[in-house]
Amino acid sequence: MPLNLTVNGQQHTVDVEPDTPLLWVLRDTLGLTGTKFGCGIAQCGACTVHVEGKTVRSCRTPVSAVGNRAVTTIEGLSADGLTHVQKAWIEEDVVQCGYCQSGQVMAAAALLAANPKPSDADIDKAMRRNICRCGVYQRIRKAVHRAAELAAADSTAGGA
Amino acid sequence: MAMKRREFLRDTAVAAGAFTLGFVIPGKVRAGAGEGAVSSAPFTPNAFIRITPDNQVTIILAKSEMGQSVYTSLPLIVAEELDADWQAIRVEQSKVDPAYNWPAFQMMITGGSTSVRTSWEALRQAGATARAMLLAAAAAAWGAPAARLVTADATITDPETGRSATFGEMAAAAAQQAVPADVTLKSPDRFRLVGKDQKRLDSELKVTGRATFGLDVAAPGLHYAVVARSPVFGGVLQSFDASRAEAMPGVVKVKQVPTGVAVIADSTWRAIKARDALDLTWDEQGNGGVDTDQMLQHYRELAGQPGFAVQEQGDFEAVAAQADQVIDATYEVPFLAHACMEPLNCTVHDRGASGGEGAEVRVGTQMQTADRAMAAGILGYEPEAVDLHTQFLGGGFGRRAAAWSDYVAEAAHVAKGEPWPVKTTWTREDDTRGGQYRPMTLHRSRLALDAGGRPLAWHNRVVGQSIDGFKMLGMEPENFDNAMIEGLKTQPYTVPLVNLEAHMTTSAVTTLWWRSVGHTHTAFMKETLFDEAAHAAGVDPMDYRLGLLEAHPRFVALLKKVREMSGWGRELPAGTGLGVAIEESFGSIVAEVAQVRVKGQKISVEKVWCAADVGFAVNPLGLREQMESGIIFGLSAALYGEITLKKGRVEQGNFNNYRVVRIDDAPAIEVEIIDSGAAMGGAGEPGTPPIFPAVGNAIFAASGKRLRSLPFRLS
Ligand code: FES
Ligand code: FES
Repeated sequence: MPLNLTVNGQQHTVDVEPDTPLLWVLRDTLGLTGTKFGCGIAQCGACTVHVEGKTVRSCRTPVSAVGNRAVTTIEGLSADGLTHVQKAWIEEDVVQCGYCQSGQVMAAAALLAANPKPSDADIDKAMRRNICRCGVYQRIRKAVHRAAELAAADSTAGGA
Repeated sequence: MAMKRREFLRDTAVAAGAFTLGFVIPGKVRAGAGEGAVSSAPFTPNAFIRITPDNQVTIILAKSEMGQSVYTSLPLIVAEELDADWQAIRVEQSKVDPAYNWPAFQMMITGGSTSVRTSWEALRQAGATARAMLLAAAAAAWGAPAARLVTADATITDPETGRSATFGEMAAAAAQQAVPADVTLKSPDRFRLVGKDQKRLDSELKVTGRATFGLDVAAPGLHYAVVARSPVFGGVLQSFDASRAEAMPGVVKVKQVPTGVAVIADSTWRAIKARDALDLTWDEQGNGGVDTDQMLQHYRELAGQPGFAVQEQGDFEAVAAQADQVIDATYEVPFLAHACMEPLNCTVHDRGASGGEGAEVRVGTQMQTADRAMAAGILGYEPEAVDLHTQFLGGGFGRRAAAWSDYVAEAAHVAKGEPWPVKTTWTREDDTRGGQYRPMTLHRSRLALDAGGRPLAWHNRVVGQSIDGFKMLGMEPENFDNAMIEGLKTQPYTVPLVNLEAHMTTSAVTTLWWRSVGHTHTAFMKETLFDEAAHAAGVDPMDYRLGLLEAHPRFVALLKKVREMSGWGRELPAGTGLGVAIEESFGSIVAEVAQVRVKGQKISVEKVWCAADVGFAVNPLGLREQMESGIIFGLSAALYGEITLKKGRVEQGNFNNYRVVRIDDAPAIEVEIIDSGAAMGGAGEPGTPPIFPAVGNAIFAASGKRLRSLPFRLS
């Protein structure tokens, strides 16, 4: 059954079973492999994407449930250049194997959009849904704070 | 010295103007980086550099990047001696070629925390030799003595005339220079890059989703497969009915493979759905009764019987009979899955099946040569006819140095004879239940102490399976496997008599090396035992260890460092305690102190201090990161990790019941490095072993409860 889907601002028509998880439509049908498969049961966060700006575990989101809401993946997170989160991640040398990091970046971006100055406790609460087997958690904490600083500096510089 | 045994080659197989150096030990000599250049000659090259006229310096990486940062630390060594522009370096993954073999096994392997220490010398010489040839070219072109010229940031300058040229401009001329018989390496005080914190080169790829992991491989006509495997270890398929599965949408083919039944479809999801619709009958081969509780019971019985004498330094019983007290303690650890973040997968294209040549394998692997040979054998080609492309690994931890290349072999069977490439994906449950575990192991240890509490004699008896990977490497263990006693023969404490015994068991459960291998349990046993001895002696555990390490100044320095970092001995809130442990592994020594709070049954690890001595840290930032990573990896196993079997079936399947540490239970970690100047050791694994006993000892300090089995449970 053909379904319409908006991903990173682009319209797609995909012919898949309605119960197909959004994850596999992104990866196998649309070739957007930045979104990762880690567990398939909403446990690890590797598959985190945004639907209308809110984090969603795409492995447990049937594509039919998305409707015409806008999906953003890691590939579409920024229209030009790197986001504050990505810059902070590079500055703090967060990544190791990197497999969890698309999901971590998407989760952190959503956290900062909702809470521009999160505390450590806020970060732990929001980011506990994302597993990192390389264990880079303390660098993630630091990088979220750094991203918040970068965003704040930018909005000041912009006269906002 | 080393240079005399080696020689450099100029590679004629590359495009004109490009300057490529292959660094080899002589044997039957050949060019290494060119297309299709393959040799059976037994030599051991170490690195390649490519400099193109546009001044692009490319460093070819012969190790697998799995988080441990070889993508940064190995090119760094070359760039240092070459005086390349670090900001403009390009890294390229090597092909499979004897030129990149790890000498110890004559094959490509990334493991054993060996990448930096076994590449250091050769990569330095590769960089220095390339630089010398570039200088010689400039000297000839300018009529200036080479000794007068200086290099920096991929540029050669003559300070006297002010003339300068980029490496790229000199590349073609450098390729015509004679390879110097000897080169002078930089003295360490002239290092500009090495020994200083360097950020990773692969960060941007990984925060933008552009890094291609094995699971992300794309190819025209790509098909997707999953395999239904035996629910018990060693089971074989008796019969199957695929009619329901074949009728499902997107299913292209269902076929039997040695490990079970493969479903090939036009998407991963459709393959998974169709697999659920298979009707399978298995012959369990008598393994339907495997039960880890019963195995452990059997281990406990064996622990009471004499085992094979691995090391016998005297009559333990006689000393024990005279001792003031004898500690008798049993330590138990379970099977563990690696649970790499990226589930196992491998993409194979049998090009020969559709009129092409050979095959292509794209995979995240720690063992390219063995995997390629295995795939080639299955597909019916010579290894050289199989192009194996190493992808980024979403974690390795040993699992991707797989015994008998299990996941690559299976993917080759799935794709054999098919006209299109097939990506075989393991679901998380497949991965967790797929075996190749850290072996379940038991140590029964007895430590005889004198009136002052000092050890007189130690008797340790270990019970467990050997690691299948060793058999694959041709090291068939007979009565014991070195991992069972890893580190014990060389343990540093002053003990006049140490006897080691082993019972090597067998079971249907498959086993493999798991980040830090045998040290995961030998360090847990040893460092808990000596903590118990300290308490039995009525001595502070830190002082007790220091008192038994007179002959080991590196250990002493590390313990003093973590003592200071952690504020050892300070007043702590009730229910909170500090625990210390130290272990030498993979050529490095690491000491850790954990601060743990115990509240009811809950164990919270609040903070970890770590001091590491790897001899010399090539990239201190990368080393600190590996310590942090190794600690969290071990902590997941200390607090939660356990694979158990009932009725032959693995009870865990996914992160809901094979729990790992998340950000809200991850302690803050402080790492300090001591550059002792000793022989270089590894980084990826040595952070893991001490965390098990450090946490256990802290639990004891916090609660008075001595936990001797993993994962730690206060019930
Ligand atoms: S893959 Fe979706 S949460 Fe793990
Ligand atoms: S960086 Fe490897 S799993 Fe997070």
